Amino acid sequence: MDHNSYSDQYLRSILASVKTIAMVGASPHWNRPSYFAMKYLQGKGFRVIPVNPRAAGETILGERVYADLAEISEPVDMVDIFRNSEAAGAIVDEAIRIGAKIVWMQLGVRNDAAAARAESAGLRVVMNRCPKIEYSRLHGELAWSGVNTGIISSKRQKRVPR
Amino acid sequence: MRDDDKPAGFGFETRAVHAGAAPDPTTGARTTPIYQTTAFVFDDVDHAASLFNLQTYGYIYSRLTNPTVSVLEERVSALEGGRGATACASGHAAQMLAFFAFMEPGAEFLASTKLYGGSITQFGRSFKKFDWNVIFVDPDDPENFRRALTPKCRAIFVESLANPGGVVTDLEPVAQIAHAAGIPLLVDNTLASPYLCRPIEWGADIVIHSTTKFLSGHGNSMGGVVVDSGKFDWSQNDKFRSLTEPEPAYHGLRFHETFGDLAYTVAGHALGLRDLGATMAPLNAFLTITGIETLALRMERHCANALAVAQFLEAHPMVKWVSYAGLPSNRYHALAKKYLPKGAGSVFTFGVKGGYEAGVKLVEGCELLSHLANLGDTRSLIIHPASTTHRQLTEEQQIVAGAGPDVVRLSIGIESAADIIADLDQALRQAG
Repeated sequence: MDHNSYSDQYLRSILASVKTIAMVGASPHWNRPSYFAMKYLQGKGFRVIPVNPRAAGETILGERVYADLAEISEPVDMVDIFRNSEAAGAIVDEAIRIGAKIVWMQLGVRNDAAAARAESAGLRVVMNRCPKIEYSRLHGELAWSGVNTGIISSKRQKRVPR
Repeated sequence: MRDDDKPAGFGFETRAVHAGAAPDPTTGARTTPIYQTTAFVFDDVDHAASLFNLQTYGYIYSRLTNPTVSVLEERVSALEGGRGATACASGHAAQMLAFFAFMEPGAEFLASTKLYGGSITQFGRSFKKFDWNVIFVDPDDPENFRRALTPKCRAIFVESLANPGGVVTDLEPVAQIAHAAGIPLLVDNTLASPYLCRPIEWGADIVIHSTTKFLSGHGNSMGGVVVDSGKFDWSQNDKFRSLTEPEPAYHGLRFHETFGDLAYTVAGHALGLRDLGATMAPLNAFLTITGIETLALRMERHCANALAVAQFLEAHPMVKWVSYAGLPSNRYHALAKKYLPKGAGSVFTFGVKGGYEAGVKLVEGCELLSHLANLGDTRSLIIHPASTTHRQLTEEQQIVAGAGPDVVRLSIGIESAADIIADLDQALRQAG
């Protein structure tokens, strides 16, 4: 798996397969990037469960905050990591233990050794990307901001729910 | 690191016709509709809040973003190999916007001495009112930029193909000098267009266009665009605080941390267009999108005609010299072959025997070529810079900028080459 470049097909199939996302490093502060991403993904119909030991027991965007992944009692499809590259290693191992199918590391987060462990355990991995940006790029919304999405199609776009 | 396998998969001409424009989701309209509206409704207060907080995507008000304009932005970005783009009212607005994202009072930047005269005036005079201070550097030796760097320098600015002197900038070493200093290279690519030169491939970080010229191509719509490569690391030092420090107007949001390689483009709209207000009109965006669809075809003909005219002038008894980088005799020919392999553009200058007066006579004697202050039109254009576009400069600055008293500038159009040559020939005989 080349983690420098992901095909649109790879990212599309991941985002289409996910219902529940555990967001590690989710912030209760509305002006933090993780809050942006959580709010956006909720709007697109994803269930997002925040994980942050410093905010454990609080509520972010209507969801109870857990101290760690092991504490979550329901199935998690994808673990989205808003922590630094080094800290991501232990979170990936926890994601493998709880049976997540996908590990997604945010923009600027990359841990190749942890990615290799996840892949040999059968998980799919995305690094140094944001699911909010990729979802919006693949569904036509990112183009509204003047971004080069790389998408060319002669088909009428379906309206995406906000 | 980004997913650009797809754009690389489509050819230049395909991107010129399609990038950014899908059938309208509501009506299925195949060409891009002109969204002639100032504002867009919110679904509810929470939706409005998310939009104003930059937490979701959508349109608020056409000063910031507009669906027709954003098609143009994506299209130019796709042609230049950029990450994103911000369109605005004119090329001069684009220059203002490009610097506004990261400059602060007291900061400096280096710029080529051989820029378009209007840019020299904008940088040297109007930017000073913001305490943005330009240091002009002779670009012919790239090392001149290294020698001129100061700790306050925030950028280097050059034109890939300069107006009007036919100067080709050696982009690759200048990019290396900028990056070694931890600052971005900004390249105005107006005269080359992305069909002839793509500065990002040579290390440029930001590319600027007056879309009024070859991109729109028909002399019918003003516009500018700033394209970001997405490759410059704004957080590598503390020089670019407006992109890396908390932004008070957005409740302490840090643009680079929050938007990653989209930060410069998001800031271009959310700070630049919001506060400078130099927005592109949707109709102008529509005309420019339509123009770009034929960019490759037009540039081929522009370049072929320009070369034929330059060869004719070089042999003409009334002509002292011709400065066209497409001619083997030209000092920039080797650089043109490297950076502009498909042609050296269609804007160039020549010196008429008889100086200032002969220049004026020649311009006034043309019947097919239009005497006006634009370039990059389907029509062939002629102007005498010393008496018009460059008259605000001192004679010394005029000569440095390649716009001395005997200089005549041409922008060769896509008419029949023989007709352009015949008109110049009769006007030159009158001037002599």
